Amino acid sequence: MSEPLRPRPAPRAALSGRSDRTFQLLILALASVIVGVFVLSVYQLGRESWPALREFGLGFYTERTWNPVTGQFGAAQMVIGTLVTSLAALVLSVPLAVASALFVAEYAPKWLANPVGYLIELLAAVPSVVYGLWALFVVAPILGRWQQGFFADPANLQVYTRCQDLWNSGQTTLQCFFVPSAFDGRGLALAILILTVMILPYTASVARDVIRLVPQDQREAMYALGATKWEVISRAILPYARAGILGGVILALGRALGETLAVAMVIGDSQDIIKSLWGGASTMASVIANQFGDAQETLHRSSVVALGLGLFFLSVLVNFLARVVIARLTPRGIQ
Amino acid sequence: MKKTLLLGLALVTTATASQAAAQTITGAGASFPYPLYSKMFAEYRKSTGVSVNYQSVGSGAGQKQITERTVDFAGSDNPMTDEAMRAAPGRLLHVPTAIGAVVPAYNVPGVTQPLKFTGRVLADIYLGKIRTWNDRAITALNPGVTLPGLPITAVRRSDGSGTTYVFADYLSKVSNEWKTRVGVGNSLQWPTGTGAKGNDGVAGVVKSTPGAIGYVELVYAKQNKLPYGSVRNRAGKDVLADNGPASAAAQGVVIPADTRVSLTNSANRDAYPITSFTYVIFYREQRYGGRTQAQARALKNLLGWMVTSGQAYNEALDYAKLPSAVASKARNLIGSMTYGGGKL
Repeated sequence: MSEPLRPRPAPRAALSGRSDRTFQLLILALASVIVGVFVLSVYQLGRESWPALREFGLGFYTERTWNPVTGQFGAAQMVIGTLVTSLAALVLSVPLAVASALFVAEYAPKWLANPVGYLIELLAAVPSVVYGLWALFVVAPILGRWQQGFFADPANLQVYTRCQDLWNSGQTTLQCFFVPSAFDGRGLALAILILTVMILPYTASVARDVIRLVPQDQREAMYALGATKWEVISRAILPYARAGILGGVILALGRALGETLAVAMVIGDSQDIIKSLWGGASTMASVIANQFGDAQETLHRSSVVALGLGLFFLSVLVNFLARVVIARLTPRGIQ
Repeated sequence: MKKTLLLGLALVTTATASQAAAQTITGAGASFPYPLYSKMFAEYRKSTGVSVNYQSVGSGAGQKQITERTVDFAGSDNPMTDEAMRAAPGRLLHVPTAIGAVVPAYNVPGVTQPLKFTGRVLADIYLGKIRTWNDRAITALNPGVTLPGLPITAVRRSDGSGTTYVFADYLSKVSNEWKTRVGVGNSLQWPTGTGAKGNDGVAGVVKSTPGAIGYVELVYAKQNKLPYGSVRNRAGKDVLADNGPASAAAQGVVIPADTRVSLTNSANRDAYPITSFTYVIFYREQRYGGRTQAQARALKNLLGWMVTSGQAYNEALDYAKLPSAVASKARNLIGSMTYGGGKL
């Protein structure tokens, strides 16, 4: 009443302005919760891993010895194990995923495309412990029997024993890389295999969606030029969808880097250098799962947490690199 | 004035609330005694109405939780080190509740009778020095058994474990090379072999891998119907693990008053050499963090029951009983619990 000079806004606009403000604040609060969680995790991880980092410095991530008995902790082997399993799984799963996405989006008749797409998405919903158990109790024994059968042959057994001798003396050869260190089927190869299956649906369903989003004009223009179906896919669809597909790949990579339980169950947990494709290895996440519960000394516990901190930064780094790659690959027209 | 008022208030509330609060006792720790504790606590609840909530999170996590006083008692397969006990805000007591035996379980096709092992042979297998089943070191121990030329797959725990501790503790007593190269701990830097998670994980891998050998708690070998071998004890006798021989191990070792001792490689003639106590750990002075006397007494009664009447459940579940001398030491320790400095 005291401010008659101020122009009165229309009531509806005022209402809308107020709710806009509320919504803005709400969104801001929710977004800062995410930032807060991020900052808090870094702080907590940093604080808990401080004793280990103070003791070993950054050498913690480059040293190879991990010996809880003598209190020497170096995570290099687990960093390598994490990168090797994730990248190998990615290399195996991306072609499969893109192929299945192309099939579902471009080739399959509708009655088949929907169920297949649905099944692929269902793969993502299977809990990782189920994959782990499947690998442990179904795949590992089959692989183990195959390894055993192959090396039962005296000539091959000789190779096996020679590699064992070499490994015991700390050496290895290229041939030995393909020789299992034990005939139980578990190890690096099985971990890669299981990761491949686990991350497949992420890339596949994202790729399918972005392929479907490629404008129809794009396809028709290409057909009008007399292109074959393959030419349409390789020249018109894939370049257009490239950035989106890579987004799916990053999602998959994130999952592979952090996957814990299934990998811990099958990787054979060796903190030694990777001697064989079939032999034991370990990833940062698998060592956390295996050793955190029973780490009794402060330094041991703190080293395990430092692994978590390393994994955190490794994921950030990999994601950052992937974003750079995406930005480079995105066609200029759709940025 | 304020103090007496508070005390009065506390008395009134304890009279009413403690009745409810004392009904649940919480514990956390070792997974090895979990089947036994489940049975014991179920029976205890039936007869007294007091329920016990025990989380099997691993010995190390249990020790951490009792140090932080988030549980009433911890379960652990290995006693806490002096250093770890100094980190606790009060004096901790260890009381053994059962004796476990760790057995070498194996999967060797065509072998029907239990194989014989010595500590040295087991150490050499896990050091990667004995690599096939027909190695002379093994055949010499097992005359009359035809062993195949199959490579040995040594299976071990991938997770930190009290079982690993006991096994390594034994191996380092019988093999100098083990002691210097590997040592003793819940997690080790293994020279060879493949890791599996948990006792059941090791048993599973041994079961599905011809040529495998793995160390598991006796109860898991029996449950999985895995053959396991005898181990030669310090007196030179080949002993197959069972409740009697495991219990005997505690009679060939000098048990200190605080019962924190390794039972491996016992001098007793009838002892099985790879054995250990499993402990419950708790504070001697029970008045902390707002605990009522009723709560403290409920814990004391439970612990007392576990080392006396509760022992009746041990053997049926393949855990060895405490010999009477150890049980009386355990009762003394429990008897020494205090509340606010006075006897509980």
